Amino acid sequence: MSPLRRRLLFGVPLVLAVAGGEGFYVLLRRMRNNEYDPHALPSPLIGKRPPAFSLPGIAGMRGFANTDIAAPPRPMLVNWFASWCMPCAEEAPLLGQLAAGGLSIWGIAYEDDAKSLQAFLAQNGNPYQRLASDASGTTAINWGVYGVPETYFIDKSGIVRWRYAGALTPEIVKSTLNPLLERYS
Amino acid sequence: MIPELGHFALACAVALAFAQGVVGIFGPSLRDARALYAAPLLACSHFAALAGSFLALVWAGVVSDFTVENIADFSSSATPLLYRITGIWGNHDGSMLLWCVILSLCGLAVALFGGNLPASLRARVLGVLGLISGGFLLFTLTVSNPFTRLWPPPLHGAGMNPILQDPGLAFHPPVLYTGYVGFSVAFAFAIAALIEGRVDAAFGRWVRPWALVSWCFLTGGIALGSWWSYYTLGWGGYWFWDPVENAALLPWLTGTALLHCSIVVEKREALKAWTVLLAIATFSLSLSGTFLVRSGILNSVHSFAEAPNQGLFILALLAITIGGSLLLFAIRAPVLAASGIYAPISRESALVLNNVFLCAITAVVFTGTLYPPFANLLFGVQLSVGAPFFNQTVLPLAAPIIIAMGFGPLLAWKRADFAPVLQRLYLAGGVAAVVFLVMAANRHIIAALGLAGGAWVVMAALTDLAQRTRLFRVPLGQSAARFFTLPRASIGAALGHIGFGVTVLGIAGMTLAVQSVVVLQPGQSTKLGGYVWTLQDIHSAPGPNYTQRVADITVADKSGVFLRLHPSRRFFAAQGTITNDAAIHTNGFNDLYAVFASELPGGGAELRLNEQPMAPEIWIGGLIMALGGFFSLSDRRLRVGAPARKRVAAAVAS
Repeated sequence: MSPLRRRLLFGVPLVLAVAGGEGFYVLLRRMRNNEYDPHALPSPLIGKRPPAFSLPGIAGMRGFANTDIAAPPRPMLVNWFASWCMPCAEEAPLLGQLAAGGLSIWGIAYEDDAKSLQAFLAQNGNPYQRLASDASGTTAINWGVYGVPETYFIDKSGIVRWRYAGALTPEIVKSTLNPLLERYS
Repeated sequence: MIPELGHFALACAVALAFAQGVVGIFGPSLRDARALYAAPLLACSHFAALAGSFLALVWAGVVSDFTVENIADFSSSATPLLYRITGIWGNHDGSMLLWCVILSLCGLAVALFGGNLPASLRARVLGVLGLISGGFLLFTLTVSNPFTRLWPPPLHGAGMNPILQDPGLAFHPPVLYTGYVGFSVAFAFAIAALIEGRVDAAFGRWVRPWALVSWCFLTGGIALGSWWSYYTLGWGGYWFWDPVENAALLPWLTGTALLHCSIVVEKREALKAWTVLLAIATFSLSLSGTFLVRSGILNSVHSFAEAPNQGLFILALLAITIGGSLLLFAIRAPVLAASGIYAPISRESALVLNNVFLCAITAVVFTGTLYPPFANLLFGVQLSVGAPFFNQTVLPLAAPIIIAMGFGPLLAWKRADFAPVLQRLYLAGGVAAVVFLVMAANRHIIAALGLAGGAWVVMAALTDLAQRTRLFRVPLGQSAARFFTLPRASIGAALGHIGFGVTVLGIAGMTLAVQSVVVLQPGQSTKLGGYVWTLQDIHSAPGPNYTQRVADITVADKSGVFLRLHPSRRFFAAQGTITNDAAIHTNGFNDLYAVFASELPGGGAELRLNEQPMAPEIWIGGLIMALGGFFSLSDRRLRVGAPARKRVAAAVAS
């Protein structure tokens, strides 16, 4: 190896670190200006209908396709989750309360298997009216799912009005979800 | 008063740390003996000041001084003494102080045990440590001061998160931090060596024990954390590929690579620049892992207070430390030339292979962890990276390491022949094949591969020891005598490999775990894993700062009841939270695991029952790895810095 190439090669780690540091700097600055929130991001789906999909059911429940949520009788939630995700277990009791209050919640299990899913539902309760399985994760990519859990609010005309990345909390329900329900029902 | 003294001691420590940094780095070029010997003294006083500061905070915690905000927010008068102390590092400000104390402890260790180092190298190492410590102490003092006062003080204090009130977690942060921070010494050696422009066999010998100590602690810390999540979170899971876990795994991977390639530097004077880079990378990953996770950039389930303002300060410190060291590396390292050459099949090549795969895993885990925020930054897209990605990418990369681990230690330095090594490993290969076939016959392919891999690694390491002691070829007594004269480093290395193999066995065994969630009324029973589990009774029991409901479960096999389990649900009134205390019975190779998930209104209990084969092996393996590391540390050449000639003689004799 020529001395120059050796010198250039040895500079690569520095260049990578500088690029990474610059990236973190921009992210932190955006976080401080409330332009970037790792937990809640604007979804490209808002104001649109979800892209076409048809997913099988899992854990003994019926799956669904985009046509099934094209015109729900009342506004509803689609909740992405997985049994391997801890925040999903955290938000489960709240989803249970919402479901008990009459809100219809349909679930999509992200890259999950039936066995662990069944254990998860048995442990954390099952708030879902229907439960589909996105085993390959392609539907999640089409939806622009950032991570699980993630919740989409769909109005009566099947349009996504709101998306929340991360576990729902009572505060979010009070401040955002309830007003949405009032507005679109 | 005492907290003010602690605050003052912290301020003194900042000054002393910077003094240590400046004197240490620039002293050696003054050619003044006083400057050379000032650095160790400054390191000692820097540690003393910081230890005083830390003790002041511990004192405030022990006497429940709620005028200190840190104590009022995270402790309460009802918290047991142990957790009043450990709660100090259960929050951001306190854990920063602990981090700095451990860093200064590293400096103290170099000052005390570095007597065999050249004085100028020791001064520079201490100087680098002093500067890092100074930066982070300044951060602690100005932005995250743990001694902030609160007036009027609350009567009882907010109390500690109940899930953290656990002996396993109490000691997890100090052990993990010692692992993280310990790599600062290897880093400081690398920087000092780059400043002096000399990396030789002696460098490998000096840097290795420090890397080894921190590696042992890091291994122990990761194992403790994983064990804690296994028995407290009550899911029977042990690793979730969460950013915080990955942040600990990354330096462990590069640290493991560093341990292996520093042997090559020591014995063969090759891979020098690579070793220096790994030392820098390992500490850089420790630093970024510890702090960027806390900045809130990464979407983690572990909750840390998110503070982007503090994040910018930390990022500046990271930029100076990491950027500065890599700049120095880019300028100085290209002149480091390897003097040892080796054939493609040799111990060196095996170690290079180990490095390549460990670094490939590092790259994959690193990418997976950082991809979500960076994809958002660069492309404006949102995506998630979860356990499935890591399992699919890391496991295939781990397989070649597992295979190569068997061969590596048996290969000779410089140039080796593959055939005799294969011959010696027939037993290990046979055992692995039998394990694979037995398990595959039961249609457990994943478990079969994992168990075979684990068995292969353990057997190959045992074969290595048997070879060295000429077991079964000379009388047993002679073998035993040979065993005690083996270099401890080779016994330690074998133990490290055995420990890794045992962990692999545990992870593979866990894929066979069975779980069932049942609702039982008292008196009812259910079957799982060949046992009959009966719920006998549910009753209340008192606890120190909680009340609990306990389920009495008996487990019976064909010969009758052999076990009683008492999982409980604990109610912490102060925080209004409930935790599930899992009951775990282990026989060393199989865990019976019961969680009292909830009590139903109509009486009866929802129970989660698990049978987890080989679960304990995951952590036993971690323990063996760490013990192997410590055993290797007691090697004579590391203790006394014995000249290299003796080791060559010993190697020939074996």
